[in-house]
Amino acid sequence: MNAVIKAIGLQKSYGGQRVVDGLDLSIRKGECFGLLGPNGAGKTTTLRMLLGLIEPDAGTALLLDLPVPQAAREARIRVGVVPQMDNLDPDFTVAENLLVYGRYFGLHDREIEARIPSLLEFASLTSKRDAKVPTLSGGMKRRLTLARALVNDPDVIFLDEPTTGLDPQARHLIWQRLRELTQQGKTLLLTTHFMDEAERLCHRLAVMDNGRLISEGSPRQLIDSNIEPQVVEVFGETSAQWAGEHAANYAQRFEVSGESVFCYVRDAQPLVEHLQAQSALRYLHRPANLEDVFLKLTGREMRE
Amino acid sequence: MSKRDFALPRLSLRFFPIWRRHWLVWKKIAAPSILGHLADPVIYMLGLGYGLGSLLPTMGGMSYMAFLAAGTVCYSTMNSASFEALYSGFARMHEQRTWEAILNTPVALDDVVLSEILWAATKSLMSGAAVLAVIWILGLSHALMSLWMIPLALLIGLTFAAIGLIMTALAPAYDFFMYYFTLVITPMMLLCGVFFPVTQLPPSMQAIASVLPLTHAIDLARPLMSGNLPPQALLHIAVLLAYALCGFYISLVLFRRRLSR
Repeated sequence: MNAVIKAIGLQKSYGGQRVVDGLDLSIRKGECFGLLGPNGAGKTTTLRMLLGLIEPDAGTALLLDLPVPQAAREARIRVGVVPQMDNLDPDFTVAENLLVYGRYFGLHDREIEARIPSLLEFASLTSKRDAKVPTLSGGMKRRLTLARALVNDPDVIFLDEPTTGLDPQARHLIWQRLRELTQQGKTLLLTTHFMDEAERLCHRLAVMDNGRLISEGSPRQLIDSNIEPQVVEVFGETSAQWAGEHAANYAQRFEVSGESVFCYVRDAQPLVEHLQAQSALRYLHRPANLEDVFLKLTGREMRE
Repeated sequence: MSKRDFALPRLSLRFFPIWRRHWLVWKKIAAPSILGHLADPVIYMLGLGYGLGSLLPTMGGMSYMAFLAAGTVCYSTMNSASFEALYSGFARMHEQRTWEAILNTPVALDDVVLSEILWAATKSLMSGAAVLAVIWILGLSHALMSLWMIPLALLIGLTFAAIGLIMTALAPAYDFFMYYFTLVITPMMLLCGVFFPVTQLPPSMQAIASVLPLTHAIDLARPLMSGNLPPQALLHIAVLLAYALCGFYISLVLFRRRLSR
């Protein structure tokens, strides 16, 4: 009901390998939905199918109630896209980038020019209006890419790793802007590797791996339903040895990763008291977060 | 490879904002660009025209310089369309990801490829017109008929842009284009009647030249420059158009495959 983006049984293979494998997704109007997953999980392919840029091998995709790719043109009139890699026009100024991009939507120059000041203000680029793209910092380029995605006043915005490669200041500014967009009632679909980003921004999340959805829900639900509420990280040269001898006595579940031991517990009190007596070990006690869920669901080993 | 890859082009007016984008980029570098269009062909024409021309009797019933003028317009037109479709097209598709940005809007790949061809043909038109202007100024052609060279430059541009885009669709990197220029463009420049009549070649080479598009372009251009109606004009136009249409379709199919990942 009221789904702005809908996928039913989407499938896509490249060279015999299933990249997206029977994906169902339903994103409601006005929500910020995060798609998480390790590299190669199929996130970008999913976005491209939902945008109607590539044709699924099987399944149905609906974007703003229109079937894609069949009616992709009509659907994309009301969609904005922030791609993973910047593809601004390097020959143009900031304002020219917006003007030229707006024309692709069939907008008249007058309409676009009337919108440019507010877009620049939104992107905190008003003073850079006539600067050429190569002179902008990474954060400015991302903000311009975001402003460009808004030139047609879209109802839905796709963001593929919107803050990858940005410094903390630049990321926080982007986050603030994305929150403003959700407050305006826009629907956001974003992919990210940053769990703090997903936790802060998204109303709902889905974790993808090997082309399938393996868990879905609000950040809180994902944590509550997948993992113990408390985490104690234990560090030190002897931590692995310690884990072999003691961890199972105190933790419901633990994982050794190099010189760190991650203990997942419902009640951290006994473990913390025990660790206070171990002078060779340091520890950090914290609530479980999305990254713990992510690593539990998709494993700790490297991808690619 | 899906059936959709082979669908006929679906054309729309949405190519026009893309063409305007290219035009806006070009306006920023207009001066060096016009110089580039002019310097190479004009130096060839004047150097060979004066240098060889003084040693040669008339060629094809005209001075060697006048003979060369028609060929020069055609080959400079071919060159500018080819460079635009290959190098600049590849930059927009691959390096700058301009196409990717455009394809996220309500514009389809068919529109993007059409705009590339039309833009490269626009550059051909400008380059042909610039060389033509020099020819008129030097008094190498007075014929009113030579005004027809302007639409012809556009047609030659469409032809070579469309053929060139096939290479762009196949190219893994810029180096790849050397094959095309060395094995296709340069031989055409030497075999198709730019510098001497094709009839000077042995019959086997004439046969090859007769199917190459530049030969047909020059067969149209040379009579027009001296004020005559080209014999078999419709045939030559049809050959150029056929190359253009096939090039457009083949390159579009290849781009659909390449970008469907």
